[in-house]
This record gives sequence, structure tokens and C-alpha cells, in this order.
Amino acid sequence: MESEHLSAPVDDPARAVVDLPLRVGGHTLSSRLIVGTGRYETMEEMRDSLDRSGTDCVTVAVRREKLYAPTGQNILDYIDLDRYTLLPNTAGCYNATDAIRAARLGREILTTLGNPGADWVKLEVLGDSQTLLPDPVETLAACRELVADGFSVLCYTSDDPVIAKRLKDLGAASVMPAGSPIGSGQGLLNPNNLMIILEYLKRDDPEYPVIIDAGVGTASDVSRAFELGADGVLLNTAIAHARDPVLMATAMHHATLAGRQAYLAGRIPKRLYGTASSPIEGVISTRPYGAASRKVD
Amino acid sequence: MIHLTVNGSPVELEEPVSIAELLQRIGVPPNYLAVEINAEVIPRAEHSSHSVAEGDEVEVVTLVGGG
Repeated sequence: MESEHLSAPVDDPARAVVDLPLRVGGHTLSSRLIVGTGRYETMEEMRDSLDRSGTDCVTVAVRREKLYAPTGQNILDYIDLDRYTLLPNTAGCYNATDAIRAARLGREILTTLGNPGADWVKLEVLGDSQTLLPDPVETLAACRELVADGFSVLCYTSDDPVIAKRLKDLGAASVMPAGSPIGSGQGLLNPNNLMIILEYLKRDDPEYPVIIDAGVGTASDVSRAFELGADGVLLNTAIAHARDPVLMATAMHHATLAGRQAYLAGRIPKRLYGTASSPIEGVISTRPYGAASRKVD
Repeated sequence: MIHLTVNGSPVELEEPVSIAELLQRIGVPPNYLAVEINAEVIPRAEHSSHSVAEGDEVEVVTLVGGG
């Protein structure tokens, strides 16, 4: 007779992970991974990578149209606007004035396209072209003005907890601290600061979305961000410049699910000493010196 | 003759034209574009009625890949 304990289905739908969607501003995203569209070898590779990443939100940049030598290929021909919410960024801007102009131009294009992303922006104001670190003073100024102009502002910032708090106080829809410099692939260089940011911003407001933006190198960086308690991760180069971007996009999808599920499941505390998984009682061997004096509970 | 700057380059026109006409003359399809004149966005609905003027700084932008 077969035991009923052996027959429980592995993929019992009742055991399916129940997770809330990522809510940012007025938007609800089914995937907690936001993916950039830059730096791919080909448009086809980008399209397929986005597909495998599981994302439903992709970032885009605003740039001058090449007026007299049109390439004939526009990125929008490779992005399904019914499937993806576009998140326009202000990348490449080094002062608040330029970032605000870029945000308004992005909004105008998305309004024309009828894409729901017209009301939000990824604000990025850089302070230095080598490190690509954000300029906190210009970022704060731009955030204030864009919020006043009705934007949901998703704000790229450093991992400084005080600036993060200032941005939230100004009304940013999400604060997005960098794990490490943009495109550096160094992962999460200062998890302590990220944990402080998460604690600061979510203490009295657990639903407030904090998204780790920039610096991801590989899948474990994404999982780690979610394990720390991040609500989302935004990445681009880690997929686009991987040897096999489409495969890396698949890995990032799994890493997102793994990290988030591990966070929801609740990790065990770290301990200095080992704790046996197998029972102590009934063991047939003797113990080495010192072990007898340790109390085992 | 009026003189404009379009995306940083000088452009000369015989007479003032609307933004819609300007885009047509420089051969850019209006899909996927936004237009700014002197740092102010001109909404698409006003492209036919809004004329460019002497000295205007025009920016014509689109979306590209980015992170």
C-alpha cells in the first residue's frame, strides 16, 4: 500500500508562491525586474532578452533624432507596447534643467504613443562622467520640480541613506539606490547602506517601493538585492553585455523569483556555531573532546 | 529668410512654417517624435498650428535604448 505522504504533488497549486505585484506610483508590475534596452548587439537580441527576462517594464532614453541620416530602425519597432510599460529615463543629464527637459520630452513621446508610462520617469542626474555617480544636489532639485509637475519620479541615487530619505520626503514614487556604479558589474558594494535605506524608507511605510538600480553583474546580485528586502531590481548591462544575453536574461528571471521567494520565506539567522540537522539522540558514535561540555538543545 | 537651429545645426527657411511642415521638409516621420522649441515642449496637437520663428532653437527627439 502506497503511503499518502509519498504522493503529495510537487507542483500543488495550493503551494504556489503568493506574492504581491510591484506597485510604483500608479503602476502595477507583475515582474519585480525592470530591464534596460541599451547596449545590445542587435535589436532582435534585445527583443528576445526582454522576453526571457519576464519583465513587463523596460527603460528607454530620450535622444536627438538623427535628422539627415535616419537609420530606418527605431527601437520602438522591437518593443511590444501592449506588453511593456515604458519607463523613460533622463540618462546622460548632468544638471536638473536638462533632466527636467528630458523628462518632459519623454512624456510627450509616450503620450503620443498612448503608453501608460507617460506619467512617470526614471530620474538620473549624473555628477561625473567617469564614475557615473549621481549628483545629489541636482537630483534633489530635479525631483522636487518633476513631482510638482505631476510626474511619478523613480529616482536613481547613491546608496547614501540620508539622500534617500530626502528624496522620499520630496515625494519620489520610488527611491532607487545604486548597488555599485552604473555598468560596473560590481554587484552590491555596500549592503549595509542598502539595508539602512530599506529600514529608513519602509519603517512606517512598508509598502514604499525601493528598487536597486545599477551595478548588477550577475544573477546572484539580483537574488541578494531581493533577499535584503528590495522591492525591485533595475538592470541593463548585466544582460546586454553578457556573452549570451538571452540566457542571462533567463537567469535574471530565475534570480528575481529565487531572491524574492527566499525573502518571503524568511532566512534562518546566522550563527557562530554549527547546529546539527540530524538528531543528536540515538547516535552510535562517541564525541570528540570538548563536545561533551557543550549544552545541546 | 529665417534662421533656426535644429538639433544643434543651422537651418534656413524662406518663410515661417508650422512644426508639422518643418518635420516634413527635413524628412522625419512624425511617429515616435517629440519637439521642443526654446526648451519648451510643443504638444503634438499644436504641431500644425505652431509656426517656427527667427532664432528658434528646435529640438527633435526620439526614444533610443537606455538603462
